[in-house]
Amino acid sequence: MKVKQISVFLENKSGRLAEVTQILGSNKINIRALSIADTTDFGILRLIVNDPDAAYSALREAGFMVSVTEVLAVEVPDSPGGLAGVLATLGSQSINIEYLYAFVTKASADALVIFRVEDCDRAIEVLQANRINVLDEAEVYAL
Amino acid sequence: MIWDREHECMDRESLERLQLSRLQQLIKRVYHRVPHYRQALDDRDIKPEDIKSLDDLKHLPFTGKEDLRRNYPYGLFAAPMAEVVRVHASSGTTGKPTVVGYTQRDIATWAELIARIVSQAGVTNADVAQVCFSYGLFTGAFGLHYGLERVGATVVPASAGNTAKQIMLMQDFGTTALISPPSYALYLAEAAREEGIDPRELKLKVGLFGGEPWTENMGHQIESLWGIKATDNYGLSEVIGPGVSGECLEGAGLHISEDHFLVEVIDPETEEPLPYGEKGELVFTTLTKEAFPVLRYRTRDLAILNPEKCACGRTSARMCKVMGRTDDMLIIRGVNVFPSQIESVLMSIRGIAPHYLLIVDTRGPLTQLEVQVEPDPSVFTGSFRDLEALEDSVRRRLQSVLSISARVKLVEPKTLERTAGKAQRIQSAK
Repeated sequence: MKVKQISVFLENKSGRLAEVTQILGSNKINIRALSIADTTDFGILRLIVNDPDAAYSALREAGFMVSVTEVLAVEVPDSPGGLAGVLATLGSQSINIEYLYAFVTKASADALVIFRVEDCDRAIEVLQANRINVLDEAEVYAL
Repeated sequence: MIWDREHECMDRESLERLQLSRLQQLIKRVYHRVPHYRQALDDRDIKPEDIKSLDDLKHLPFTGKEDLRRNYPYGLFAAPMAEVVRVHASSGTTGKPTVVGYTQRDIATWAELIARIVSQAGVTNADVAQVCFSYGLFTGAFGLHYGLERVGATVVPASAGNTAKQIMLMQDFGTTALISPPSYALYLAEAAREEGIDPRELKLKVGLFGGEPWTENMGHQIESLWGIKATDNYGLSEVIGPGVSGECLEGAGLHISEDHFLVEVIDPETEEPLPYGEKGELVFTTLTKEAFPVLRYRTRDLAILNPEKCACGRTSARMCKVMGRTDDMLIIRGVNVFPSQIESVLMSIRGIAPHYLLIVDTRGPLTQLEVQVEPDPSVFTGSFRDLEALEDSVRRRLQSVLSISARVKLVEPKTLERTAGKAQRIQSAK
């Protein structure tokens, strides 16, 4: 149920993001989703890829500061109020969300949202009890 | 006005006689009271009675910051602690400060020396003097404070910081003399303008600036922003604090109180004294201090000496503005900062690689220090919060050791220069 997300530390200077994508490309790694959060000095690039282990080693070898974080890929109805419903469910059980980002998949009518929460296992329990689909690791990598 | 005409305008011959007798007493004092100096003199086979002329100065041992460190805190004091009424300290190179002491008489001497400098700058008992140095271990505030009181000026001990309040005090109290680091004068002027106050409309007429080196250009800038006369003064805690030398209104160098301090300029490499007019490292020997005398203290400051009589009437030798340093000490907002201090802080923090780059940004009115560090890849969790906590802990540790705030910037691993020898670790912001 838990998906491996790759986090990369990037200084805010030109060309660094291009370099990351180049390394992934030349290692035949496909990016499924990404998000960047930044301050004035540095940013953290978060990636969901088809082969997280290979991505981790390739970036590390290239000298990047990389880490693997567990996140959840949650199916959210692609209609008004869809995300609100999921957030309300998590909120009612006091599950804190550190961050989230979304991408629309080609395969399904639903939207896919990546959640980083404090307690993955409890979040999975709560979501499933409320019939919200949490995607399997293999499913996400194969998207 | 000349505060102490007898000593400030002494003819060279009488001055040298006075200096010699004081030097002989000094050597006697440190030889019998300070084991460090006794050892250093014995190593050179010098006995106090061997000092026959001022020329013998060149045979005496130098004293450096490392000697102060080795004798921390009171090892170089030449007066019993019962007679020491005050200590001050400046930042050291490795975290421990260097400590200096004063007897009752030293404090009185200091006030006299400051009274000279203050009078040279034209400050009298008609002035209201606002002291914007921080009152504490550093010598700046207290040193100037007592000398200003000595001439009868009304002292406003505003201390450092709280700019809005400083401006309010200047307006309400009718401040006529500003006592601060020069960079702070620029900053204050800018802050006043932002509040819609024209600094030229205030009553300020003169500034006594010191604690950090500044250029003629910066002086012109301060003068035109405030509509005042900007004067420079120089000192260092190891010698006495402020009061070693100061500018008169001729603006042609800083008069050194030579009856209290023997000054030399040496070649920092060969350690040989240089003739007047040549640029070298300033070396001071205190002639009258009781608690903390120093023999040939190497300041690491570079300057040129001029022995000519000044148009103001004073006969004391003048030094030019400090032209640079022989070591890598930085002066940030009046506070001495050694890269080695920053290094020792970084070494003690987990999650940071022991490499760093210092960026000194003098473009704004206040000099800013940026410390670039590399997080250790093994502590990277991918969480923003963790990185910010790391940045914050580095900032707080630096603040507590350096006494100034530095900006901390995390950079990617292995991007800071690594060399076998001394890395180029200081840059100026462009």
